[in-house]
Amino acid sequence: MRRTFSKGGVHPADRKLAADSAIEILPLPQRMYISMSQHLGAPAQPLVQKGDRVRAGQLIGASSGFISANIHSSVSGTVVAVEPYADLAGNPAMHVIIDVEGDEWEESIDRTPDIVRDITMSPAEIVKRIADCGVVGLGGASFPTHVKLSPPPGKKADVLIVNGAECEPYLTSDYRLMLEHAEEVLLGARIMMKALGVTKGYIGIEDNKPEAIRKMRELTASSYPEIEVVSLRKKYPQGGEKQLIDAVTGRRVPSMGLPIDAGAVVQNVGTAFAVYEAVQKNKPLFEGVMTVTGECLDSQRNFRLRVGTPFGEILEAVGGIPSQTAKIISGGPMMGKAVSNIAAASVKSTSSLLLLTEKQTKRRMEGECIRCGKCVEACPMGLEPYLLNKLARAGHNDELERNKVYDCIECGCCMFTCPANIPLLDYIRTAKADVMRIMRGRPKK
Amino acid sequence: MGTTFVFTVVVLSVLGLLLAVVLFAVAKKFNVEEDPLIDVVESVMPGANCGGCGFAGCRAFAEACVKSKSLEGKFCPVGGNSVMQKVASAMGVQVEEKAPMVAVVRCNGTCQNRVRTNEYDGSVSCRIISSLYSGDTGCRYGCLGGGDCERACQFGAIRVNPETLIPEVDEEKCTACGACVRACPKGVIELRNKGPKNRRVYVSCVNKDKGGVARKACTAACIGCGKCAKVCPFGAITVENNLAYIDFNKCKLCRKCVAECPTGAIHAVNFPPKPAAAPAEEPKTDKQ
Amino acid sequence: MRKLIVSPAPHIHGDNSTGKIMRDVLIALVPSVLAAVYFYGLFAVMLLAVAVVACVGVEFLIQKYMLRTAVTVRDLSAVVTGVLLALNLPPTAPWWVVVIGSVVAIGVAKMTFGGLGHNIFNPALVGRVFLLISFPVIMTDWTVPASCFRPGTDAVTGATPLALINEGLANGFTVDQILKDNGLNDYWQMLFARAGGSAGEVSAIAVLLGFIYLLVRRVIRPHIPVTIILTVAVMTGIFWLIDPSQYTDPLFNILTGGLLLGSVFMATDYVTSPMTAKGMVVYGVGIGVLTVLIRFFGAYPEGVSFAILIMNSIVPLLNKYIKPARFGKEVRHA
Repeated sequence: MRRTFSKGGVHPADRKLAADSAIEILPLPQRMYISMSQHLGAPAQPLVQKGDRVRAGQLIGASSGFISANIHSSVSGTVVAVEPYADLAGNPAMHVIIDVEGDEWEESIDRTPDIVRDITMSPAEIVKRIADCGVVGLGGASFPTHVKLSPPPGKKADVLIVNGAECEPYLTSDYRLMLEHAEEVLLGARIMMKALGVTKGYIGIEDNKPEAIRKMRELTASSYPEIEVVSLRKKYPQGGEKQLIDAVTGRRVPSMGLPIDAGAVVQNVGTAFAVYEAVQKNKPLFEGVMTVTGECLDSQRNFRLRVGTPFGEILEAVGGIPSQTAKIISGGPMMGKAVSNIAAASVKSTSSLLLLTEKQTKRRMEGECIRCGKCVEACPMGLEPYLLNKLARAGHNDELERNKVYDCIECGCCMFTCPANIPLLDYIRTAKADVMRIMRGRPKK
Repeated sequence: MGTTFVFTVVVLSVLGLLLAVVLFAVAKKFNVEEDPLIDVVESVMPGANCGGCGFAGCRAFAEACVKSKSLEGKFCPVGGNSVMQKVASAMGVQVEEKAPMVAVVRCNGTCQNRVRTNEYDGSVSCRIISSLYSGDTGCRYGCLGGGDCERACQFGAIRVNPETLIPEVDEEKCTACGACVRACPKGVIELRNKGPKNRRVYVSCVNKDKGGVARKACTAACIGCGKCAKVCPFGAITVENNLAYIDFNKCKLCRKCVAECPTGAIHAVNFPPKPAAAPAEEPKTDKQ
Repeated sequence: MRKLIVSPAPHIHGDNSTGKIMRDVLIALVPSVLAAVYFYGLFAVMLLAVAVVACVGVEFLIQKYMLRTAVTVRDLSAVVTGVLLALNLPPTAPWWVVVIGSVVAIGVAKMTFGGLGHNIFNPALVGRVFLLISFPVIMTDWTVPASCFRPGTDAVTGATPLALINEGLANGFTVDQILKDNGLNDYWQMLFARAGGSAGEVSAIAVLLGFIYLLVRRVIRPHIPVTIILTVAVMTGIFWLIDPSQYTDPLFNILTGGLLLGSVFMATDYVTSPMTAKGMVVYGVGIGVLTVLIRFFGAYPEGVSFAILIMNSIVPLLNKYIKPARFGKEVRHA
């Protein structure tokens, strides 16, 4: 039986163009721009000054709160500035700017390629190491991983789910990681299971990646019996936390709840790999796999890339930006962010640079809603996007709350499927932010 | 035929009478005692229900006034002093005159002055644009041109000029209710003193970037050079975060700063053309 | 390089479009149209041509000269209305009746409400019912003269099976007698083709082919047609079991009249049907019940049009009160 999540969803074309391109190492650029806000929560506090010498793996930004994360230098060299620098949306954030000199790493990091299989640390040590190494969720939201692995008192997880769905079109970084570093990913899962004290693990992979499923099944059968590989019927947004938990375990996270309310913790494949490297190799999170893809590019590539590499340098490495490029997206085409500033640099969770042509991405003229109900059918949260859109444009916050706008996961299925090309999510997204701000502002009973 | 007619008349009359009694009884039983003064105050209000006073509508404003028995801190921007005078006389209290205000758009980043660096393709709404990114020009402080102010205005007093993509205020229609100020996610619009004969001097820029950056993004940007502050004889101009601001309470409309500004970011509006300064000043005035 | 485009996610769009959906509906109507042309020859061709041209023309004129808005006839929705209206009229209806129907359908039922997406009632059905009430004689005259333009059949039938039953029962006959006298007891023939009735009612198979196409292309969901047909089957089944001499059997009821055409093409009209699956089921059951009640106890022999229009009127309520099943239970956080 091929499982999938139970409500809604859409079927965008796969377009995994870079699926067969092995992960390559990109030569180090001359200058790196390392952001202090690469995660959800408070920005990290810079620990270095202009003129300081740093080595790869050195802590340069300290976590500044419970929901925050450490930032490490990804290169060795000299700090040339600690100042605001525009991110991909053109908004300035504090960056540490480093001129690269050589490639010296902190000595504590194990740079050998050997796989370390023995997990010697205690759960508390594991969580501390993950926090020290600045590991964040690499599935998109960049939530600090150590926070996810420390459930609030009274709540207990009983399963860990590794998210290998990679349901967004074009993206292949998780797929390559599962093929080339399958055992490390499973070890990362095992480490997180130990930290959480759970005995059952799953890795959910969509069935458009049969190679990855086969490889993972081989390994789990021989050495990782506590982890079950679940083949999922391809459907977007399978990689959404709530959808993945539903698909894999059949449990439904309650409205406004967190995965932990369904006894589950979900971690991305990339995060599992980063956890393995942090715990077994003592390597902070300062590199990741990034797909550079798009029909207009000559070559489809997967890179292992240091955090803080400017987008411009990455695009140079694939032969520059083709003239027909109309939009550059960081992340997938359904939930990724459009890049307005190509001088911006990659962050920990940058999983892809996707180049689309005008024909592929330009919005079509908005028509009248014909009340076809396709958005209602497509919504994986059981909401009524047509109604939310109407209420959002009119600013009816009470009605929006009554119709559960706060449950929207912003997956974009409604807008993807709308035959009248109505920009449903544009308005629903801002309305959701408004309503949630109002709800948070209310005195708690 | 005759009986049908009579029957109909009788039945309907009795029914009407019965319902009248019911209505009367219900009205008596559920009658809410309200200060009749509220109705009086409400009747002199403009009835725009714009919320510019900070209350939910004209009725709510009237209620608040009558209940607190004072007009301190309450002002109807739409009706202005004349309405407040009427409210005060209805309530038998005194009210202070307030200088009339007007909404001022502090951005001159027209399509000519500000080069578009990318092409926005989403829904045309400043809220959506500003939560997405810094905007389609190099200036991340200025007007986004999405028209949220225009949609917020109940009086049709502010319109985005399709050529410049900057909103323009119709001084005649503007009631200074502040709806556009609240609607603008960039804080570009400010309520300023309407000024004698509508004459005003203000810095038409909100860019806090360093001079070079601001200038690169927009030729009409305030670069925070401070020349205006030095030349001002009344100490009305402060420069903070690379941005000059003219305090309209201190400004005496001498316009020395206007001539001094190297980028033309300081606008003087509704002044008669001064023969000497006319050529330098002309491009800086608002098109009305 | 050109200036980069920036917009909120999602950055790609599926291949749905209003025009494509309308095109699919038209393709699904092709079997019914072909059946109508086969049985009624040039009459059907004329009927279809007049209705489509009139509907598109009225929409064009109203948008261009009365509302002065963008003309959207390219979305094909007026064409669909035209075809559906034609398929709901007697094949011999005079051209001016068809034009009046089109004006009412597009002008009154669609454009006065604000055009596509805003109408409460199905335009084609409003047009048909308006004509039925205004011109009862023309609208119930199913006589089709034999002529060389009708190569398909030589049968000239006066009334629809439902009308025959209604009339027969009123004259004191039993259902069996009426069916036998009029040669209506061959359901196989009804399934494929039957003369007598509006242009789109002749062939059940043609409608079902269209239904399958719409389902395969995911234009409609099966909920509405299936619940209508099931409701009609169950309700007529109960009556039939109680007294087979007075009530016709379920299969007869499903295959005759405009039930199939109505439930597949008219009741599923996006604009006038509920948005949620649960709402669709309620709506379908309502149409089924009303249809049977009108057929068995009403003055008209056929009630699908009225049933759909009545249920159209409560669709806004269904949309307001019947919500889709939300994902995850509500938890009130302390």
